[in-house]
Amino acid sequence: MRRELSRRTFLQTGAAVGGGLLLGFTLPPLSPLSPLPPRVRNDGPFAPNAFIRIDRDGRVTLIMHKVEMGQGTYTSMPMLLAEELEVELSQVRLEHAPPNDALYAEPLFGVQETGGSTSVRGNWEPLRRAGAGARALLVAAAAQTWNVDTSSCHATGGVVIHGPTGRTLAYGALVDRAATLSLPGDVPLKHPKDWKLIGTPAKRLDSPDKVNGKAQYGIDVRLPGLKVATVAVCPVFGGKLASVDDSRAKAIPGVHQVVRLADAVAVVAEHMWAAQQGVAALDIRWDEGPNAQLTTADIVRQLDAASQKPGVVARKDGDVAQAMAGAARKIEAIYQVPFLAHATMEPVNCTVHVRPDGCDLWVGTQVPTFAQTAAAKVTGLPKDSVLVHNHLLGGGFGRRLEVDFIVRAVEIAKQVAGPVKVVWTREADIQHDMYRPYYYDRIAAGLDERGTPIAWSHRVTGSSIMARVTSELFPKTLRVMRAAGWHQLVAMVKGLDVDAVEGAAEPPYALPNIRVEYVRQEPPSIPTAFWRGVGPTHNIFVVESFIDELAAATQHDPFQYRRALLDESPRAKGVLELAALQAGWGRALAPGSGRGISLLHAFGSYIAQVAEVSVSKQGDVRVGRVVCAVDCGTIVNPDTVKAQMESGIIFGISAALWGEITLKNGRVEQHNFNDYRVLRLPEAPVIEVHLVQSTAAPGGVGEPGTSAVMPAVANAIFAATGKRIRKLPVKDQLRPA
Amino acid sequence: MVTLKINGTAHTVDVPTDMPLLWVLRDVIGLTGTKFGCGMALCGACTVHLDGRPVRSCVTSVAAATAKQITTIEAIGETPGGRKAQQAWLDLDVVQCGYCQSGQIMSAAALLATKPHPTDADIDAALGGNICRCGTYPRIRAAIKHAAGD
Repeated sequence: MRRELSRRTFLQTGAAVGGGLLLGFTLPPLSPLSPLPPRVRNDGPFAPNAFIRIDRDGRVTLIMHKVEMGQGTYTSMPMLLAEELEVELSQVRLEHAPPNDALYAEPLFGVQETGGSTSVRGNWEPLRRAGAGARALLVAAAAQTWNVDTSSCHATGGVVIHGPTGRTLAYGALVDRAATLSLPGDVPLKHPKDWKLIGTPAKRLDSPDKVNGKAQYGIDVRLPGLKVATVAVCPVFGGKLASVDDSRAKAIPGVHQVVRLADAVAVVAEHMWAAQQGVAALDIRWDEGPNAQLTTADIVRQLDAASQKPGVVARKDGDVAQAMAGAARKIEAIYQVPFLAHATMEPVNCTVHVRPDGCDLWVGTQVPTFAQTAAAKVTGLPKDSVLVHNHLLGGGFGRRLEVDFIVRAVEIAKQVAGPVKVVWTREADIQHDMYRPYYYDRIAAGLDERGTPIAWSHRVTGSSIMARVTSELFPKTLRVMRAAGWHQLVAMVKGLDVDAVEGAAEPPYALPNIRVEYVRQEPPSIPTAFWRGVGPTHNIFVVESFIDELAAATQHDPFQYRRALLDESPRAKGVLELAALQAGWGRALAPGSGRGISLLHAFGSYIAQVAEVSVSKQGDVRVGRVVCAVDCGTIVNPDTVKAQMESGIIFGISAALWGEITLKNGRVEQHNFNDYRVLRLPEAPVIEVHLVQSTAAPGGVGEPGTSAVMPAVANAIFAATGKRIRKLPVKDQLRPA
Repeated sequence: MVTLKINGTAHTVDVPTDMPLLWVLRDVIGLTGTKFGCGMALCGACTVHLDGRPVRSCVTSVAAATAKQITTIEAIGETPGGRKAQQAWLDLDVVQCGYCQSGQIMSAAALLATKPHPTDADIDAALGGNICRCGTYPRIRAAIKHAAGD
């Protein structure tokens, strides 16, 4: 590949092996909290991290550095490219990218990952620029072929046309010449009014194979000689395997082998059924370790104690103490949200073949290079000898940002001759997940005579996922912090988890005196991790519930109370008004019903929701309708945005009403979908999504819908019953005494 | 040795008769479109048809499936109900991660075969056992009505 030295150019071109045009491009850094449009990095060393290949038959291949877990990247990313490249969406083919941080890193984390609602935000500009650059080369190649001026040619539908004569050349016929040309210095992007694809509800490219059983997830891998294993992990976190009698398990037809790990036993068999029977037949003694008596109440006590001490400052404006002292009224509350499991429909699984000279992984992962590094560490092989064959993900929600299950699979595979597919049962998936942290929040406000908040204090206490992840990322930590910005670097060094306070540190409301703190308190041995929205999943619940409390305490309408605090946040105000209007805010509801509103600014997007609930005499909550207004800036695919809102809302209602992982005797008390209840089709509300047309930079849409619905539901419950929900899930809190 | 009639083809397999059909389909025969979700008939991801009736293959033994016509997602498009459901799923872009959708479509196809114009209550009853964590429920309901031409 030839490197273009111009500082303005970030594309590089070259001839593809076997003919055709190959392009590389760079992705811009993106600050996690910044709503600003991502900017293309045009200084520093050139490091392309995604590739486009155009073959002689005109087929365009995008080497996808983002994974598809339902959020629609396999459609939105090709749309960005096809728009500027001037090809039909159906001409773009996708390949899963191999693990390579140097080529495919998401600049936000410095590693190749899909998460944090970043795909469109991070790729919005570079993918379009890549398409525009490629198109310019192809047009130049055609002009050269015809010996005409480039300006007399244009491209459409994968063909270059010479205007004056009407002659045409397909891209496939131009790629070899195009690969020899230098990129023009600055190719302008299309004006939004000329977009053909962006802003249209283009059909998902991954649908056909997902309705006929052909789509291949990690769990579907088939290999010659493949064995299947399943695991029994020590039920107590932090415990170890003491001894195991495997004689009965080995007698089961189809069982090949029993593998011992430090804290687990795996049965390797001909098929999953034999493996499961084998595990059931094991006689295991665990050394349960120091957490054998641990309960959720113990963890909450620790959080409560930690929350009474000052934390690291995440935000400080004005003088909260003085404003609080001068307030006409002070209101304070404690809010709590539980540990949550991800419960992706595809239980975690990983297929591994360890050989003396290398290792292959077949898995669906949000972090292919982590997977590679983890396997290299466990096997002692060089990273280059570890191949990761990535797959479609049967749900991610953050679960597949972790490699714990990959590490375990490789540990098992090291002891097995030939490839082995390690599949977690649903029970193992739920009881040995890495959980959304339990957060314990203290929040207080001082109000003036009219009820307006003049002081705001919020202390978040919980475990730090960012601290764990950045320490795991070391020595990439500096790069991660640089990507996040120096301001955050300083905060992180001081112990701030920027993710844990997202949605709390910068509420959209006018709050002249505000102090937000973070206290890190790790639960003993309970692994915590990202979960669809992470920080905002609890902060938006806390802030939006508390604002509702302030409105109620001062006899204000919750919509009008919020609205009055939004003069400086026009986009926030816009979605709030739109949601209220579309929901028919203020219109009467049946007795036992209520309407609740919420507002969110996170992931670069603004969302307001109005939920309508009814509460039965037995205290059961039914969410009947959710109206959702979204301003996520420029919309690439409106149908994907709507789908992600529907998805996030349903995911969030499950969590708000029933989602909870609890501990007793150091063990997770939930097992399967019978006691880790999730919303089912008859329980799903009517969802109406209203999109704001905007030319602002795109915001994320995968996660925010989940965070916004939880307080909307809780506030609707308050409207229906007068009971304020300060602890999730709602579960039995409304049962008559 | 047991002979199973799957999607019109006879398969003779050497498995215990109490083995769940799910694992015979996936791990022995290699029809991986039928998914494992819970193993306890709680989520519906493993739904297949026995003589046209939807069953959870994770709790259906091989013994209970012999002498029956077994239809899986790979062949449901050859039935009128299955074809209509698949087309409606495409028309309305129902899928997200897609993992549960084999089971959703199998349940929908069975419903459409017996009730060409299902009511909301019919849809609730037929699809209530199929969990989707991506929350495609509103589109599933709409797609079934779309398939029915309602």
